[in-house]
Amino acid sequence: MTTTTLAYKDLERDAEGFLKRPEDWNEAVAEEIAREVGIETLTERHWQVVKFIRERFLTTGSAPSIRTLGKESSVPVKELYQLFPKGPAKLAARIGGIPKPKGCI
Amino acid sequence: MSATILAPEELLREEQKPETIKKVSIIISKGSLEGIYPGLILANGARMEGIEADVFFTFFGLDAITRKKMDKVRVATVGNPALGLPALLGIIPGMPAFVTRQMAKKMEALDIPPIPEFIQLIADSGAKLYACKASVDMFDLKPEDFVDTLDGILTVGEFYQKAGGGQIIFT
Repeated sequence: MTTTTLAYKDLERDAEGFLKRPEDWNEAVAEEIAREVGIETLTERHWQVVKFIRERFLTTGSAPSIRTLGKESSVPVKELYQLFPKGPAKLAARIGGIPKPKGCI
Repeated sequence: MSATILAPEELLREEQKPETIKKVSIIISKGSLEGIYPGLILANGARMEGIEADVFFTFFGLDAITRKKMDKVRVATVGNPALGLPALLGIIPGMPAFVTRQMAKKMEALDIPPIPEFIQLIADSGAKLYACKASVDMFDLKPEDFVDTLDGILTVGEFYQKAGGGQIIFT
């Protein structure tokens, strides 16, 4: 079976730039989205958060809260905001190719 | 020359989409559970959207950042018609604690942290926490009575200076 990899620009996204289909995601796509939101290079710490949030969404069907991110992603809240200054949960979700988190926390 | 009349959809396009706010100053003035949480949720939510946030605690709102009181904040069961609790039941000893426990369970299920943890989360998010000087003086409180994450005790004038260029929300 052959897999066609779509170019990032051709992927379907919502009005805020979140991928419509999480299965379209791959690491190259993540890097493109990161640059788009102002993060030039994804460090190992960024990846830890992005992979955690994506994995949690794929297993539970919803993105974790900032509280859970801080407690369980092994990246503490202060560092989350240093890595993603414009909003850790929102940006990690967008880079991780999952929908925008719906909760208020 | 006649003026151009725009169709409704064109008018909409002409209008500039308002920008998202960049900075917010939230005042928390009440000391009940339902008086404190909305402000904390707004502050945390602002940071999560990348909005700069200051929280100013005044009057009984100070309980939220006072070490000895922050974990004893309760729901008001008297004079709170929205609870749907008959007025006479509200005065039964233990009722505020009971209602507060019920609410705490609900909030935990929604991943809303208890007040001390929430204050820490908001401080870690980069929001600034301030106490109102008039209230601090009135309740004879000292800087050491507050959480370590407090950024300062401000007069009203100083609060307004810090709030410059942003929106103010009073709760």
